[in-house]
Amino acid sequence: MSADTAGTASATVTEGGPDTDPVAEAGLDTDALLDDPDIRIVVCCGSGGVGKTTTAAALGVRAAERGRKVVVLTIDPARRLAQSMGIDQLDNVPRRVDGIDGDGELHAMMLDMKRTFDETVEAHADAERAKAILENPFYQSLSAGFAGTQEYMAMEKLGQLRARDEWDLIIVDTPPSRSALDFLDAPKRLGSFLDGKFIRLLMAPAKVGGRAGMKFLNVGMSMMSGTLGKLLGGQFLRDVQTFVAAMDTMFGGFRSRADATYKLLQAPGTAFLVVATPEQDALREAAYFVERLAAEDMPLAGLVLNRVHGSEASRLSAEQALTAAENLDDARIVDQRAGKAGLGDRVAPDPAVTASGTTEPPLSPEAGQASGPQTSAEHQDTTETEPPHENIAHAATAPEGDTVDALDTADAIDVISIEELTAGLLRLHAERMQVVARENRTRDRFTALHPEVLVTAVEALPGDVHDLDGLRAIGDRLADGSAPAPAGAA
Amino acid sequence: MSRFQVVSGKGGTGKTTVAAALALALATEGRRTLLVEVEGRQGIAQLFGSDALPYEERKIAVAPGGGEVYALAIDAERALLDYLQMFYKLGSAGRALKKLGAIDFATTIAPGVRDVLLTGKACEAVRRKDKQGRFVYDHVIMDAPPTGRVTRFLNVNDEVAGLAKIGPIHNQAQAVMRVLKSPQTAVHLVTLLEEMPVQETADGIAELHAAELPVGSVFVNMVRPHLLDEDALRTAAGGRRKEIAKTLTRAGVTGSAALVRPLVAQAAEHAERVGLEREQRAVLAGLGLPTAELPLIGDGVDLAALHDLATELRKQGAGEEGDT
Repeated sequence: MSADTAGTASATVTEGGPDTDPVAEAGLDTDALLDDPDIRIVVCCGSGGVGKTTTAAALGVRAAERGRKVVVLTIDPARRLAQSMGIDQLDNVPRRVDGIDGDGELHAMMLDMKRTFDETVEAHADAERAKAILENPFYQSLSAGFAGTQEYMAMEKLGQLRARDEWDLIIVDTPPSRSALDFLDAPKRLGSFLDGKFIRLLMAPAKVGGRAGMKFLNVGMSMMSGTLGKLLGGQFLRDVQTFVAAMDTMFGGFRSRADATYKLLQAPGTAFLVVATPEQDALREAAYFVERLAAEDMPLAGLVLNRVHGSEASRLSAEQALTAAENLDDARIVDQRAGKAGLGDRVAPDPAVTASGTTEPPLSPEAGQASGPQTSAEHQDTTETEPPHENIAHAATAPEGDTVDALDTADAIDVISIEELTAGLLRLHAERMQVVARENRTRDRFTALHPEVLVTAVEALPGDVHDLDGLRAIGDRLADGSAPAPAGAA
Repeated sequence: MSRFQVVSGKGGTGKTTVAAALALALATEGRRTLLVEVEGRQGIAQLFGSDALPYEERKIAVAPGGGEVYALAIDAERALLDYLQMFYKLGSAGRALKKLGAIDFATTIAPGVRDVLLTGKACEAVRRKDKQGRFVYDHVIMDAPPTGRVTRFLNVNDEVAGLAKIGPIHNQAQAVMRVLKSPQTAVHLVTLLEEMPVQETADGIAELHAAELPVGSVFVNMVRPHLLDEDALRTAAGGRRKEIAKTLTRAGVTGSAALVRPLVAQAAEHAERVGLEREQRAVLAGLGLPTAELPLIGDGVDLAALHDLATELRKQGAGEEGDT
């Protein structure tokens, strides 16, 4: 669990506290991954809302502070992330992030889908043709972001960054797609469409018709363009045809670059990290993704399990905590009754009178018996040190409206009894332990399906990340998380 | 009240769960609702523990008082073929189109056509009447794409209407847009009491307003109970540790001395969360929209939990506003 095991590549895999249950899943050593000079691309994928982008940014900061020259390519338009890296707004060009310790460098950029598409067109067509494409209404809609464009352009950008060879490590998070698999499917789909027979037919029926064997297709084509023309309107179809004609020279390029990027992802220099939270839906998607990556021969490094809860007080079970809390409630109810008796006829009292006129509630006999004479004496001590208006806190929780209304609430705030406070702590703990147990169950189900997947568990932070320090804290947790969860599999 | 209720939200906020609970809540007293999904994820089937939904409206649950919830997974390709069949009696020519990749083109690549087909199918269900002239469904609830994409998804009809300037797709887009921009429709956003989803909700509402789409309610999902208020926690973090240890012992907890520090630390985390949640509640209150809150369901949402959530929504009158 210490950050200084970082340098030893495989240490954390076998590491495990002496008193923790052996967890079936092996640990993922993220530092070893970030330090590996042969790893040039890390792809963070997973379903929406699991913290992919934050994970990517935290890995970027950590890798840079471990001496690498890193660029983080994010797809998430959330400005918050850019701000956490001290940049007002990310754009389509990598920007250097200030405040990174050590010799490494961190750059960050956000994918601008349309800009990337435009650049690709400009880079691969002469000026006149590029202009025709960029002004085409069909192109403008296509590039503004419809099904698949974002995924395709993410791949395109990744390919470009890698080709420049300026960075040791490219960390990319994947678009918030309908399903995690779109990231892998969409580029191929768009590529095969742009290369496909349909678009060639649309573009040049005459050319195809010239070949005797294609006669049938030509018939199909005229029927089809007739239908589509009717359906979409002639202008739309003409826009598409113009677009396709203008893009003609680029088709081979699109397809071959999509293929090249795909191969790049399969290469040993790439590592996929599947990101999830210990919740059913997220882990189901994660399992799906693990299977898909295997089917596509894509190298999976492991699973980052975000927002995992643990407890350092796991010795005390949820049930024990609740029982103890109830014991205190029982004691309190008796106290309260006694306290009310002290208020006399229960007419809504003047707050001042209440505060001064309260008598010490006698210790309930039940509580005394339950915990023995010694603790009963302790309790006596405790109550004596309490502010005298303990009853006000009790009354504030009582249903009697008059009593509550009459109270000065500012006063009531200070006067939570030690029993209430302790019972609250116990209930909080019980809730925490229930969360831990639930997360462990969900996690076990995943492990049963995919015992081969290395896991790092990132402990939940109570708040959001706002700055580099926040990202560093996540980075520390990413590195530490390969040890089993503190609470074990209780 | 709005007959077409669109439910969106940031990924991970549980919009499918909220959509399903809303469909159940609105189906009470003999009413009939249709719950549609458009992203091919089969989230509804998983939630209701049923087999994968076909492209067919089928009854998936009953609500108290004889109400019924139907469900439909809209598939763009099938919707297009249906559509072509309906208007052009295409028959086998539809298959030929498919073989050539034209259907694939129209449903995956052609800008916005896919979205028009999906929203179009849902709008058709909203408007459908039986022989007696009554609406077949009292409400249609859509589990829509996430907040970041929902405005474009719903507004894409405008885009298509602009791009395809004549023809049936153009007309379809116009008709769909009329339904979507009318008070018959309400777009709800699901959020958690966390900074990012709340920010995204605020941004989403601004985008919906800009596109003149009717915004409904904000659903705050997975709300956890506040077991201890912040002031109590501040006290806990203060100098009462010894007392806490004693009280723990008195409550029957053994070895309490070692437990105080972690328990107080957990309480401090809780306090931080409660504070952050309060800030986010204030941001949400500033949006000036009707708000409903749903509790966190710990052990995974099943049918029983959906009924509980639906009861909760009914209590809060969710989905009842609009179309006054």
